[in-house]
Amino acid sequence: MGGNNTEPFGRSSPPTSSSPFRSPQPLPPTTAADTQASVYSSSSSSSVSLASPSSVLPYVFLFIFAACVLIGFVVVVKMLGIVRRQASIGGSPSTVLSEALRVFRPAVPASRNYSSAKEMTVREALNSALDEEMSADPKVFLMGEEVGEYQGAYKISKGLLEKYGPDRVLDTPITEAGFTGVAVGAAFQSLKPVVEFMTFNFSMQAIDHIINSAAKSNYMSAGQFNVPIVFRGPNGAAAGVGAQHSQCYASWFASCPGLKVLMPYSSEDARGLLKAAIRDPDPVVFLENELLYGESFPVSAEALDSSFCLPIGKAKIEKEGKDVTITAFSKIVGLALKAADILAKEGISAEVINLRSIRPLDKATINASVRKTNRLITVEEGFPQHGVGAEICTSVIEDSFGYLDAPVERVAGADVPMPYAANLERMAVPQVEDIVRAAKRACYRSSQHAVAA
Amino acid sequence: MSSSAAATFSSLNAIPPPPSSFSSPANDKLFSSSFPAASPFLGSSHKPRSCVLSAPSPGRRSHAPVVAATAPNAIKEKLAQSPASSSNLLITKEEGLVLYEDMVLGRSFEDMCAQMYYRGKMFGFVHLYNGQEAVSTGFIKLLKQEDTVVSTYRDHVHALSKGVPAREVMSELFGKTTGCCRGQGGSMHMFSKEHNLIGGFAFIGEGIPVATGAAFTSKYKREVLKQADCDHVTVAFFGDGTCNNGQFFECLNMAALWKLPIIFVVENNLWAIGMSHLRATSDPEIWKKGPAFGMPGFHIDGMDVLKVREVAKEAIGRARRGEGPTLVECETYRFRGHSLADPDELRDPAEKARYAARDPVTALKKYMIENKLATEAELKVIDKRIDEVVEDSVEFADESPVPARSQLLENVFADPKGFGIGPDGKYRCEDPKFTEGTAQV
Repeated sequence: MGGNNTEPFGRSSPPTSSSPFRSPQPLPPTTAADTQASVYSSSSSSSVSLASPSSVLPYVFLFIFAACVLIGFVVVVKMLGIVRRQASIGGSPSTVLSEALRVFRPAVPASRNYSSAKEMTVREALNSALDEEMSADPKVFLMGEEVGEYQGAYKISKGLLEKYGPDRVLDTPITEAGFTGVAVGAAFQSLKPVVEFMTFNFSMQAIDHIINSAAKSNYMSAGQFNVPIVFRGPNGAAAGVGAQHSQCYASWFASCPGLKVLMPYSSEDARGLLKAAIRDPDPVVFLENELLYGESFPVSAEALDSSFCLPIGKAKIEKEGKDVTITAFSKIVGLALKAADILAKEGISAEVINLRSIRPLDKATINASVRKTNRLITVEEGFPQHGVGAEICTSVIEDSFGYLDAPVERVAGADVPMPYAANLERMAVPQVEDIVRAAKRACYRSSQHAVAA
Repeated sequence: MSSSAAATFSSLNAIPPPPSSFSSPANDKLFSSSFPAASPFLGSSHKPRSCVLSAPSPGRRSHAPVVAATAPNAIKEKLAQSPASSSNLLITKEEGLVLYEDMVLGRSFEDMCAQMYYRGKMFGFVHLYNGQEAVSTGFIKLLKQEDTVVSTYRDHVHALSKGVPAREVMSELFGKTTGCCRGQGGSMHMFSKEHNLIGGFAFIGEGIPVATGAAFTSKYKREVLKQADCDHVTVAFFGDGTCNNGQFFECLNMAALWKLPIIFVVENNLWAIGMSHLRATSDPEIWKKGPAFGMPGFHIDGMDVLKVREVAKEAIGRARRGEGPTLVECETYRFRGHSLADPDELRDPAEKARYAARDPVTALKKYMIENKLATEAELKVIDKRIDEVVEDSVEFADESPVPARSQLLENVFADPKGFGIGPDGKYRCEDPKFTEGTAQV
């Protein structure tokens, strides 16, 4: 059965006599003839002969031969056509082979569409939130250092200058006090500025305006002038940037009435909270984290909608548990989740709360969780004294003292300016092991040799 | 120098004459060409000093400050043309009466504040404006209601000039709920949305960026929000001490960079509490700092409301036309101490006497009477009326109620969900008794 091998996939080179593949040359008639002859011969024995075999036989052979030649010719022509067609499709062996194998390769997954498996980095989330809010309301504008032509010091405002022009994306001179005040003045007159601080360490130069002219003005003017402004930028420790670039300002701003302080963790947090902040009629301090910008998180289809907003003042329970409550915010939420996994292997079921909103603090969720688990760990990156953990601890003592089975554990950054050396820096910021140790202490299961974190 | 119609009440001895090196007739053309509507300062024998921007020139030397040397010649010409017509004068009768009434209101109100403070009705920090009325009246009476004024802690008279009723200001000072800020702001934090007075800031230098932002909004509304008729200007008032503050320079830079419609008015009263301006500043001539950033700088006699008004017209016109910011230094003086708690021991009594002789209210009165714009009797009627207004404001404030307990927690946020979620899981602000009950936030 060699003859009619018309499989197309083996074809890859133009028909030449040197081709390793099937050649267009006519089949040796002997093959077809043999086939036919064998078929015929097999059937000839059963045929009824009317004439004498000796006189008819030469004519029969002649007829068979002619038929074979005709069939052979037809087959050859067909093969030629196939070869030519194949030769015209792919010039090189590999493409024709790959074309052939295409049928058997699994389909390439669809590129980023609105499916539930979509992932987004925090940077993209912030950029898309800014973009959507700026297009929805022409009063929203962005100002800060390097937000325009440089596309943002951390590329958060990428593409916005091209889209909205220099009137709405303003590169400012290096004058934090000045331009923050300018933004507050604009907000007094009902524009909606978004002020970017390159890091919140630089906000200390502008803190007079954040607190005295933004936070307090609605109160001082008895409601005549509200300040719909957002101050945003990276906060907290990055990697190896030294003492003056690593402070966490959550507790400073959160102690001030008139401000709202938000700290997102995941991309969904970033999108929802930034949109809520821009729409909010009050001053909002939006503390991001540089190390989270590049991290990818899955986002639901709901979060991608342009009207998606998260409520200010509500925390999110990232992981439910029943033995110990761990509160965290911003980057620390990731560490807390890892710690919770480690604890789960040891039989401790930890509930991780992502605070999202530092001011106002969702004391209701925290207290409900503590009443369930009876133990609390507060984790934060900033300095321990007068920190967020101190506030949470006191509020739990005020509201749910009777429910506590163990003292509240406070895990915070070291009480030192951030050192530069990598090993010292690691010691100065809470790590997963610190959270695990604290949780075990709260559950009275630490080993005797484990010293305080 | 003729002493009749063209002269004013300014005494030449009080302000040292400009150093001769500053006059450069060659640059006179620059001055008049930059301000096409510039009228020579007819009412003044003391020539204003100004430094005007020319086209960018390589050498700083060519920016020598200009004295309006044309003024005396122009005065003589005008006198020759129409000796008896009232076109010599800078103001009409109506304008004059408005200015007079405003300045008398400011003076009487501040005097009453001092009385009330010493009787214990007013408390805390109170900073009075006596002696500086010409600056406030001269600028603010040229503004529209939609124009914005930003002030410092010495803001009572700015509020009154801008149109905030005396009753509301007095109630605010008494801390009553009928005040312009319901008693929550106080002396140093006067706000009025209706009259576009956006503060009232206690930190010096704090109001300047906020004013720059208001001017920015005006430009933004015109260019981005396409409200083509928005030509609102902003006037920022601040003192000599502020001119050494970083925020001042930051805002001069940004205002000139973005050509914002703002006028920076320096009320140089030579003293910052007890610190003399000359002891605190390397170059005490503040008007020179404007051109360093790319805007014209003026130095004028701030005790003369007519001179202030002329320069104010130029500067406000410039801003409205979109030509950018102006820095105006008004040399003025406060007759009282820095605040009512300041014993004011460091200032030389002779200096105080010199400036008291140039009291802007009496000077305007004299000008109007001498130039037959008003009679003594008419002005006395105004005096009496103002006295009644001020008395009435005190009575009103006395009788007003103090803020209710519930007012403590109101207006912290425009959206009060900032108070967070209460123990029952609902937002605290949704509880109707939230502000009345215990302040457990």
